[in-house]
Amino acid sequence: MGSRHEIELVVNGEARRGTAPARTSLADFLRDTLGLTGTHLGCEHGVCGACTVLLDGAPVRSCIVLAVQADGHAVTTIEGVSGPDGRLSPVQEAFCQAHALQCGYCTSGMVLAAQALLDECPHPGRAEIDEALGGNICRCTGYVQIREAVEQAARAIGSAPAEPVAEEAVAHD
Amino acid sequence: MKPVDFELHRPATTDEAIALLAEHAAEAKVLAGGQSLLPLLNFRLARPDHLIDLGRIAGLAQLRRTQDELVVGAMVRQAQAERSPAVAAHAPLLAAAFPNIAHPPIRNRGTVGGSLAHADPAAELPAVARALDAVFVAAGPRGRREITSRDFFRANLMTDLEADELLVEIRFSRAAPHTGADFQEVGRRRGDFALVGAAAQVTVDDGLLSDVRICLTGVAQTPHRAVEAEDLLTGHAPDPALLARAADAIRDTIDPSGDLHATAGYRRDVAGVLMTRAVTGAHRRATETAAEAA
Ligand SMILES: Cc1cc2nc3c(=O)[nH]c(=O)nc-3n(C[C@H](O)[C@H](O)[C@H](O)COP(=O)(O)OP(=O)(O)OC[C@H]3O[C@@H](n4cnc5c(N)ncnc54)[C@H](O)[C@@H]3O)c2cc1C
Ligand code: FES
Ligand code: FES
Repeated sequence: MGSRHEIELVVNGEARRGTAPARTSLADFLRDTLGLTGTHLGCEHGVCGACTVLLDGAPVRSCIVLAVQADGHAVTTIEGVSGPDGRLSPVQEAFCQAHALQCGYCTSGMVLAAQALLDECPHPGRAEIDEALGGNICRCTGYVQIREAVEQAARAIGSAPAEPVAEEAVAHD
Repeated sequence: MKPVDFELHRPATTDEAIALLAEHAAEAKVLAGGQSLLPLLNFRLARPDHLIDLGRIAGLAQLRRTQDELVVGAMVRQAQAERSPAVAAHAPLLAAAFPNIAHPPIRNRGTVGGSLAHADPAAELPAVARALDAVFVAAGPRGRREITSRDFFRANLMTDLEADELLVEIRFSRAAPHTGADFQEVGRRRGDFALVGAAAQVTVDDGLLSDVRICLTGVAQTPHRAVEAEDLLTGHAPDPALLARAADAIRDTIDPSGDLHATAGYRRDVAGVLMTRAVTGAHRRATETAAEAA
């Protein structure tokens, strides 16, 4: 018989807990146990990037991380990217402006991968954008507008008055 | 696309992990970063009853330097080693290999030891370990032992580790001054496992190559150390005519197989090309380091 585990983690800034069988992926835990269905599953073996979330600030594929492995850690999902009032983040805003999505299936993963890039590297060049998002597959857009959205978001963040969150990210470097 | 039910163990020390492995060896799998194992579990290609997660063993996730060595704990994440100045300085070939492995999110989870223990013939790190004559340290119920990189890789996805042994650390000799490295590969898509890859590290001594190390991925069941090419190049400047001879020596000695992705002939041919590029790149970097030091 498989084991069950008590899992405590911080999701989008909020302490959450649940129990799950050991075999539960982080993606299924987020979707089925916590009801956060913004994390999408495409391939479930690590190749498409749809399920990308941030684990302690760094992008990972939640289909090939066990929920237990995230015990005690912090996770950011697409639900945690926008402001509490529902205001879109600069990355989300830029995705809309640049028409960087069509069906939207890949978008949560794309936005989180882009956010992680900009947190670490506020003025990425094309090569850096391609490296950061190169593992995320999109069957609709053809990628050009996605790259433009990231460039646009970098400009928007760069011209906005510094927010405390952005400063913290810089201090980590 | 969901794994079979299994029991997960999360030991806090290496000794605990070894005891668990001894108890369950036949039905157990070790879990490191999970970036190869979890896809296999999701597909149910692996169906272990027990999974022993090394993620809580802090002692396995350390990178340290000794007088002559760089010691990489098995659980050091690929992304962590990729960013380490110590790795760049003391094992430049290891540093050069990381950007070729998958995509950043996978390197954030995947470990150095996991990739080596998995022993995929197309993977980058086994070729690096073989090129640098890294020493593998295994621990099990009968104690610790050291395994040379020549003996470690047995066949496709098979290593010298016994079912009840853990890989605990990998030791690399520190590179001499004026050493440079490069890793070159070709693949169908960026981030995929490459069709063929070439790892090269050289030291430059008075403009001439010394300590030439070349290893290929994707041309055999295990990483292929290109000894003939190393011998031809050692003691010479890497001029085009000599590199062409070294490339021919590689094409004459390897016997790759063909598959859906590339024919045997293509792999044989491109191996020589990639070796030439990698040695040229390694030589350029070694010369740059020499110039910076001067
Ligand atoms: C989409 C995708 C693309 C990839 N592309 C590449 C690529 O281009 N190049 C490449 O090299 N890799 C690639 N990988 C694989 C990646 O590098 C893995 O991280 C690596 O192969 C395994 O490391 P891990 O820490 O994730 O190990 P795991 O997946 O946890 O383990 C792998 C195997 O090794 C065993 N094992 C792990 N650690 C130990 C230990 N300390 N002692 C004994 N046994 C152990 C496990 O039992 C298991 O059998 C890719 C993976 C994905 C999902
Ligand atoms: S669903 Fe996780 S990478 Fe495709
Ligand atoms: S918008 Fe449809 S998959 Fe990317």
